[in-house]
Amino acid sequence: LQDHEKQYVGFATLPNQVHRKSVKKGFDFTLMVAGESGLGKSTLVNSLFLTDLYKDRKLLNAEERINQTVEIIKHTVDIEEKGVKLKLTIVDTPGFGDAVNNTECWKPITDYIDQQFEQYFRDESGLNRKNIQDNRVHCCLYFISPFGHGLRPVDVEFMKALHEKVNIVPLIAKADCLIPSEIRKLKERIREEIDKFGIKVYQFPECDSDEDEEFKQQDRELKESAPFAVIGSNTVVEAKGQRVRGRLYPWGIVEVENQAHCDFVKLRNMLIRTHMHDLKDVTCDVHYENYRAQCIQQMTSKLTQDNRIESPIPILPLPTPDTETEKLIKMKDEELRRMQEMLQKMQQQMQDQ
Amino acid sequence: PHAGPVESKNEAAMSELVPEPRQKPVVPMKPVGINTSLLGYIGIDTIIEQMRKKTMKTGFDFNIMVVGQSGLGKSTLVNTLFKSQVSRKSSGWNREEKIPKTVEIKAIGHVIEEGGVKMKLTVIDTPGFGDQINNENCWEPIEKYINEQYEKFLKEEVNIARKKRIPDTRVHCCLYFISPTGHSLRPLDLEFMKHLSKVVNIIPVIAKADTMTLEEKTEFKQRVRKELEVNGIEFYPQKEFDEDLEDKTENDKIRQESMPFAVVGSDKEYQVNGKRVLGRKTPWGIIEVENLNHCEFALLRDFVIRTHLQDLKEVTHNIHYETYRAKRLNDNGGLPPMTVETEENHESNL
Repeated sequence: LQDHEKQYVGFATLPNQVHRKSVKKGFDFTLMVAGESGLGKSTLVNSLFLTDLYKDRKLLNAEERINQTVEIIKHTVDIEEKGVKLKLTIVDTPGFGDAVNNTECWKPITDYIDQQFEQYFRDESGLNRKNIQDNRVHCCLYFISPFGHGLRPVDVEFMKALHEKVNIVPLIAKADCLIPSEIRKLKERIREEIDKFGIKVYQFPECDSDEDEEFKQQDRELKESAPFAVIGSNTVVEAKGQRVRGRLYPWGIVEVENQAHCDFVKLRNMLIRTHMHDLKDVTCDVHYENYRAQCIQQMTSKLTQDNRIESPIPILPLPTPDTETEKLIKMKDEELRRMQEMLQKMQQQMQDQ
Repeated sequence: PHAGPVESKNEAAMSELVPEPRQKPVVPMKPVGINTSLLGYIGIDTIIEQMRKKTMKTGFDFNIMVVGQSGLGKSTLVNTLFKSQVSRKSSGWNREEKIPKTVEIKAIGHVIEEGGVKMKLTVIDTPGFGDQINNENCWEPIEKYINEQYEKFLKEEVNIARKKRIPDTRVHCCLYFISPTGHSLRPLDLEFMKHLSKVVNIIPVIAKADTMTLEEKTEFKQRVRKELEVNGIEFYPQKEFDEDLEDKTENDKIRQESMPFAVVGSDKEYQVNGKRVLGRKTPWGIIEVENLNHCEFALLRDFVIRTHLQDLKEVTHNIHYETYRAKRLNDNGGLPPMTVETEENHESNL
């Protein structure tokens, strides 16, 4: 013990110091849900976070929905558990895939995601960076209808439009309408199609080699269950003498948190208890950095074309122009000067007359 | 053989020494709308564990600078702090070497590991400071070095293809060694701290404190604190950055009573009461470095390493670095310094 005391410097407490500061600050997480109406998105969100975000929602009928466009609606809720504060933002996309003609119905969604990136880019490049609000979308749960034979064209196009902007977690909705063998087949089919169409859904990171067997086993099961087949419920029913969250049918009770019934628990554990931090990291390190790099490239190429600093963003990384560009700039300057001279002459003439 | 920190599997012993993170009052969760008899557990507190795993994997950087006249025991103190031969003194520096004609900046990096946590520690020594006949502006090379690290970080930050984890060479903490004259601060001390407290976290330290009795020490500390206050020198932890009442109470006590820490350093061990301790053996007794009755080394160590390490880094990043960045952007007309990413630039960044 003496030797050990002698050797101990004390910086192993560093994670605790970081922990203390994070707990004080609290965390935030932005989750987007997308998919056709009626696939149980709202119920699932309520089930995941034990809230009731959609109390005052008014469901539109088909006629009312004919001219509806895709909206983006944000709900924010503050959740606290064991002293840890989470500011959760749910981004809803009502109207998606509901119209008769759904061409490019994902555009408002990609625009929204880009806007959050742009806002963050501006804030990050600004002078005062004390209180930057991070509204970037960390994860998008995409609901696939259980009634099809796999992915529908709108599913494929949506995911391809978004897979390089946000972490996509595809889900099979309302899985209680399928029996186990049907679920297996559907999952296989969807996995094949995701591969075939080159869709990059969120990948669970590799397990560390020093994790225990139980953890590794759970990780394997997680990966093998994707896409998760989920069921949500806001009601409590009595099953086997216990009160559980579920759906009561004449032929039995579906228990949401029963892993033999659906993958809800896997989704919740992945989303909240094991991968929340990684989802945020991938958003920051990959999706946002891609956006930022593209943005900067576009701005610099626009600069050399237009010869003007036009960008609304206050910070513009200016490369030192090469000789080609310098020549171009000089030419444009000359042109401008000549035009100004002409204008002056014309004005002079008009005045003289 | 190096006396380096060793990964310990003795959990019980660790928990004695690891300061308990302050327990937050448990607020019962409020599920809204759902039948509240089914009080479920979502599990968002586990995000702390997710973060901890991630940060333990990536490891930490810590850069500490020592400034003071030669012979004040800077190198020995740093070695004592990190229980490793991490300072310039151990990297083959010959004590017979001449004092450099100008202030030099020497940075030495080590990776030390403890309790599964890896730290890349860099000790920046400043030989030559205050040793010349004419010491005017001898803090300038130091200020320049500090700003150069901010510049390096800024350049990487504005790069198009920037690294996920920007290498952090910024100085997180500067220990300034005050000579134990027992009288007051010297003009050079004031000049240095006035200039540098605006760009880096300065922790003033009274060196070789074994030359003062307890009364002399208390009086000297009071005088030094007064002088720093009168001269408007804000040392770390700076009052204006206290985040909340909890911080303020804790830091007030440190600022008004404990600092500046009067320290003694040693890398030699002696047997005292059956224990092996770090100390200095004199004819009139053994000075135990880690004995709080003898000197305040243990306070300094706990302060810098066990409680405020993360905060030192955050204040550097959120305050000092941001101040530098804002000034740079303003000077440049709102534009960041940009280098075209050429092959050779990219190579040197790797």
